[in-house]
Amino acid sequence: MAVPGVVLLLAFQYVPLAGNIIAFKDYLPFIGIAESDWVGLENFEIITGGDPRFVNALGNTMIITLVQVVLVFPIPICLALALNSLVSERIKRLVQSVLYLPHFLSWVIVVAVFQQFLGGAGMINNFLRSQGWDTFSIIGDPDAFIPLITAQVVWKDSGWATILFLAVLSQVSTELYEAASVDGAGRWRQMWHVTLPALRPIVVLLLILKLGDALSVGFEQIILQQQAVGLQASEVLDTYVYNNGIVDQNWSEAAAVGLVKGAVGVVLVLGANKLAHVFGEDGLYRR
Amino acid sequence: MSTHARTPVRRRRRPMVGGQLPPSPAATVVKAVVFSVACALVILPFVGIISTSMAPPEQVSRAGGLVLFPERLDFSAYDAILSGGIVTRALGVSVIVTVCGTLLSLTVSSLLAYTLTRRALPFRRALTMLVVISLFFSPGLLPTYLAVQSYGLLNSLASLIVPTALSAFNVIVLRAFFGSLPDDILDAAEIDGASEIRILTSIVVPLSKAALAVIGLFYAVGYWNAFFSALLYLNDSTMWPLQLVLRTYVVDDNAITGYDLAAEAIPAQPSLQMAILVVSVVPILLVYPWLQKHFAKGALTGAIKG
Repeated sequence: MAVPGVVLLLAFQYVPLAGNIIAFKDYLPFIGIAESDWVGLENFEIITGGDPRFVNALGNTMIITLVQVVLVFPIPICLALALNSLVSERIKRLVQSVLYLPHFLSWVIVVAVFQQFLGGAGMINNFLRSQGWDTFSIIGDPDAFIPLITAQVVWKDSGWATILFLAVLSQVSTELYEAASVDGAGRWRQMWHVTLPALRPIVVLLLILKLGDALSVGFEQIILQQQAVGLQASEVLDTYVYNNGIVDQNWSEAAAVGLVKGAVGVVLVLGANKLAHVFGEDGLYRR
Repeated sequence: MSTHARTPVRRRRRPMVGGQLPPSPAATVVKAVVFSVACALVILPFVGIISTSMAPPEQVSRAGGLVLFPERLDFSAYDAILSGGIVTRALGVSVIVTVCGTLLSLTVSSLLAYTLTRRALPFRRALTMLVVISLFFSPGLLPTYLAVQSYGLLNSLASLIVPTALSAFNVIVLRAFFGSLPDDILDAAEIDGASEIRILTSIVVPLSKAALAVIGLFYAVGYWNAFFSALLYLNDSTMWPLQLVLRTYVVDDNAITGYDLAAEAIPAQPSLQMAILVVSVVPILLVYPWLQKHFAKGALTGAIKG
């Protein structure tokens, strides 16, 4: 009974994992993986040699990750804290329902929606034009690309990301708040000494997961908008692997980058987990 | 600031928030503003898109794009995209892929998840590890593409289904759920001579309807929204699902012509674009209330057990 599942798992997870050997070969599609020549670490020179396209992609990836951790990550926590303190259950549920919704839309839809509102022919610019004011360009402007994709991520997923925090908050024992209250703690002190410590483990856990994904940022989202802003501003490691590998047919080089990216991700997760243990948290798994 | 925080008598009369002090008036105002703005930012785009798709073409051209209040309702854009041609076909493809994919995914996932809960299974630990490890290592884009190519799946609808049919994460969630069913019932069935398949179909599945519904909906939304596998594996535009059509005619703003649509009169481009958007969003909006009822529970099981 487990056979179909195991076959799918092997065929689309483990066989491709082995297919990463093309990173060590000069893979030529018409002669196949087995027949292609071994070239050792030659393909990795694109990384060690600092190929400008690669360096650009790496740089953009790091900047976007940094923005996502510093700016985007705290938003759902703040939203969850605010939602949690709403007195009316009805309003709380209503707001949640609305804010969760965009999570279920595809990136194509989200990008299309943003274009219809912010694009050159979008609603806001049309309004500005009709008033005789200057229009502004966000879509297609390389300098505005990072703010744009950040806004899209916030719009799509910050509501959804509150779920976990809210679940943790709902399990905080009311006695803790009552005890704090008896001890004379006001709202802010209650938040500082009861609410935030309750969130600490889940925040650490999510940061670790985020760190493991540090080199994968918004693949679909970015590839959809790459034409409009150009590669200089928008190329990240994932799109680099796609553009260099599938579009330009440099299979082996791109696979080498993909492999290193995956390996770094695993190391980052394990490292972050270690760090979590040092700080006395459980992290992804226990010691 | 707040008087009721300091006067215990009044505080007791007010509803408490999970033991916390009730919010101060200033905080209440700030929260009301923040949440109203956030909700408006989510709802307004939908209103704009739906209104534009149903507004008369003259009004859309006059406004040069989105319309918030249609002068009258006009469904010519829907007539044009749904009367045959690339959008109609893409809608069919998306529906077929979503329905077949979800059924396949649910079947395979529950078979695997159920087997992993059975103690009698040989190599149970090894199989569980196989599932768990795949969560940590992603095989990478190019090797996956080459594998799909070598299985001869390129340019087929199967390429939109089979490679993503099994989500290890969902298997783990299902396994946790199946594992929490009372052993007694399963043991009783076993003693009565029920086969494993029979135990699964007539005991485990009926008892797990809610969990299966959630996982099924997650799979369905995944198939419906899948854009990248179509971009990667399909060349032939007759096989395009809706997301690829959306990308081509809405995001990349290519003009939809009579040739694409099999309709004589072509309404204004923005109306057509908005109608395509609406068609691709509506199924999500339809299942959403239902999805929403269950997902908090589903997502939590996954996050805590997984």
